[in-house]
Amino acid sequence: MSASDLIKQVEFNMQVCNACRYCESYCAVFPAMEQRLTFSEPDLHYLANLCHNCGSCFYACQYAPPHEFNVNLPRHLAELRGETYRNYAWPGFLGDLFSRNGLAVSLITAVSFALFMLLTFYFQDPAILFSAHTGEGSFYKIIPHNVMVLTFGAVALYVLVAFIVGFVRFWRDMGESLADFARPVALGQATWDVLRLKYLDGGGEGCTYPSEYPSNARRWFHHFTFYGFMLCFAATATGTIYHYVFGWPAPYAFTSLPVVFGTVGGIGLLIGPAGLLWIKSRSDPETAEPKQLGMDVGFLVLLFLTSLTGLALLFLRDTAAMGMLLAIHLGIVLALFLTLPYGKFVHAIYRFAALVRYALERSRPAPNVTFE
Amino acid sequence: MIDLIQTYDVLVIGGGNAALCAALTAREAGASVLILESAPKAFRGGNSRHTRNLRCMHDAPIHMLTEAYPEEEYWQDVLKVTGGQTNEALARQTIRESVACLPWLIEHGVRFQPSLGGTLHLSRTNSFFLGGGKALLNAFYHSAERLGIKILYDAEVCELDIQDGEFRSAVFKYAGATHQVRARTMVAASGGFQSNLAWLREAWGPPADNFIVRGTPYNKGVILRALLDSGAKAIGDPTQGHCVAIDARSPKFDGGIITRVDAVSLGIVVNTHGERFYDEGEDFWPKRYAIWGRLVALQDDQIAYSIIDSKAVGKFMPPVFPPVRANSIKELAAAFKLDPATVQQTVDRYNAAVRPGTFNHAVLDDCATDGVTPPKTHWARTIDTPPFFGYPLRPGITFTYLGVVVDQHARMIMQDDKPSTNIFAAGEIMAGNILGKGYLGGIGMAIGAAFGRAAGKEAARHVRQ
Ligand SMILES: Cc1cc2nc3c(=O)[nH]c(=O)nc-3n(C[C@H](O)[C@H](O)[C@H](O)COP(=O)(O)OP(=O)(O)OC[C@H]3O[C@@H](n4cnc5c(N)ncnc54)[C@H](O)[C@@H]3O)c2cc1C
Repeated sequence: MSASDLIKQVEFNMQVCNACRYCESYCAVFPAMEQRLTFSEPDLHYLANLCHNCGSCFYACQYAPPHEFNVNLPRHLAELRGETYRNYAWPGFLGDLFSRNGLAVSLITAVSFALFMLLTFYFQDPAILFSAHTGEGSFYKIIPHNVMVLTFGAVALYVLVAFIVGFVRFWRDMGESLADFARPVALGQATWDVLRLKYLDGGGEGCTYPSEYPSNARRWFHHFTFYGFMLCFAATATGTIYHYVFGWPAPYAFTSLPVVFGTVGGIGLLIGPAGLLWIKSRSDPETAEPKQLGMDVGFLVLLFLTSLTGLALLFLRDTAAMGMLLAIHLGIVLALFLTLPYGKFVHAIYRFAALVRYALERSRPAPNVTFE
Repeated sequence: MIDLIQTYDVLVIGGGNAALCAALTAREAGASVLILESAPKAFRGGNSRHTRNLRCMHDAPIHMLTEAYPEEEYWQDVLKVTGGQTNEALARQTIRESVACLPWLIEHGVRFQPSLGGTLHLSRTNSFFLGGGKALLNAFYHSAERLGIKILYDAEVCELDIQDGEFRSAVFKYAGATHQVRARTMVAASGGFQSNLAWLREAWGPPADNFIVRGTPYNKGVILRALLDSGAKAIGDPTQGHCVAIDARSPKFDGGIITRVDAVSLGIVVNTHGERFYDEGEDFWPKRYAIWGRLVALQDDQIAYSIIDSKAVGKFMPPVFPPVRANSIKELAAAFKLDPATVQQTVDRYNAAVRPGTFNHAVLDDCATDGVTPPKTHWARTIDTPPFFGYPLRPGITFTYLGVVVDQHARMIMQDDKPSTNIFAAGEIMAGNILGKGYLGGIGMAIGAAFGRAAGKEAARHVRQ
């Protein structure tokens, strides 16, 4: 479907839904839709990013294919979200590249970084790479601390800029002001919705994913992934504090905060992405958006590999394999970071923006579409 | 396919609300049950898949329902809409069961939600299904699968072997061949005959060709006809049914709820001659929309046009198809191939008759016309602010009322007024017992639940004896 056909299709879907409304309590998409009589393109992108793809409305829909009205919100909105990710990616051409072959690009990036690092270390001094190091600062014998900080600092900054550019453009296109984004009530509501994954509950008994039988599997696996990711982030943050504030260089003891966070988070990041990949493989092709499969899988695989290599590094850090593992782990982490702004991760940015806007809209007086 | 050697305890014909209520109840009482549904799986569930709520009696707020809707008030509502053409015992049974069935529905996976945006007037009386009727049916079918009920889709029952009021076997079409199945009891839950265009024509004459069928194309009345031909006692008038005005651009079948046009009371309605023909503001639209199907059916070519101006935008539920839009009345008339001069004249005459008042769509306000026929008694405002909008309207038939007589156990009554030994009927096919005419939103599902469950229980009991 071309971009303009897609817009037309989603617009018609929305007209059907707005006249029907049977799915109102499943999620935020429907109440948001009901505030409108017509749907502009930015409106449609907003609604698309509010959708969590839980599938409940599809199985409940009297107009789902083979009905001639061909209403399939999970699929059409996923397709439109793909457009959002592409339109707002910065720089744009990378967005295009990813949307076409996300999995391949993710993996190639990871492998090339890992190889690059391995080779660099090797040519510097093969002996360092292949011997066991223990004790304080052992990692930095392989790769100097400054190099690590500089590389990841620069990448993090770049990623941050890409996120901000995408977010600001998306937010403005919806017709919202940046000042409104900072309103604590809306921000708080949206955060709370994200933390519980409110809209992956299918209106109560779990969403119809991967099949028409309601289940909470996806919600749980996403929680593992999300909180795993957050814990790994906390591990990095506490590690940074240890290093700069207390002057304690890595590696840290198994009982230290960075390692505990990293281990628990890492386990979450194994279970979560593996579970999501597993249910994805069994998901109903009717509601899936095949073009995005590569992007989704690419992200999940990188998350899984990041965690796997990170945990391996932790448990084998006193052996001669450490050098190799460190290079591979850092390569994958680097690839994960660099691909964040172009891959599935950005759903977090746009969905959060959409949820904040939803909370804002709810707090404003209802527009003039009252029927009673 | 399914096992056809065995004699099933209960054969359920149909796959909608009434059918599933019967099947689940019978199965849970220990009977072996076979469901034959003429639709493919994707379209299973007849008209029930298009529903949104169930009218539910209650003495205090329960679930999502507000305040109280006691039995007596419900009964008075039935009495009012049917003008007394109802069976009080069966109507009261429906009413009591409408609340008794709730825990059972929930147990079988049905979930409810607060009344939908734009339907606040129903928040006291009607329980809305989360996701609508198709979600309700999905829950029922999942329960049925779990309980080991045999279900065959794409299986239209075309013949019944009934001797002296006793069901023996049924013949159905499946995968290009006909098959016979035997059962100890049979529940007919196959709906009305509104999808049978030839039968509609028989009842209504040539105008029926322009009717749109709002629901399933599978309710062709094959079973109803077979039962009547086998000596079942009929009830109801074949020309009675639920017929509303819907968008003329709707598909012939299965357009469902979204094709309704709620703009009528906010403007005027003209026929092909460009003339008004009925008081558009007689009463609240939800109370009146069911008469407009018949009104449009009585116009030449069975078509009419609802016309509003931009003051009405946003004041009614958005219909699925966008309105035809024009900057003048004449342009709008031309777009509908009506005579522009006549329509202009009709609008002018109406505008001149509009008396000043305080417009309020939430009450029966004092905006009325004076000196125009027909009058518009509420919400009459001049149509003068461009752009103008129009919706073409056609009669949309929801269901027919001709059915078979039943008793309180859903046993089908024969022409000699004796109940059949092993035939039961539930849902639309027997709704005429309760609705001789008229309709009360949400009672269709209540009737299906009440008599579906009664039929399932009684069929299982009969088998055990
Ligand atoms: C658009 C629309 C909205 C509605 N909204 C509501 C509402 O909100 N609340 C309410 O109470 N009522 C509503 N109604 C009315 C309601 O749909 C019916 O009263 C109710 O569904 C009847 O249930 P039933 O099980 O008797 O029939 P149906 O649900 O129509 O089921 C009949 C079944 O029989 C099958 N069948 C027919 N012939 C054969 C055959 N020969 N062999 C095998 N199978 C056969 C059909 O495929 C179908 O599965 C609505 C109707 C429509 C059209």
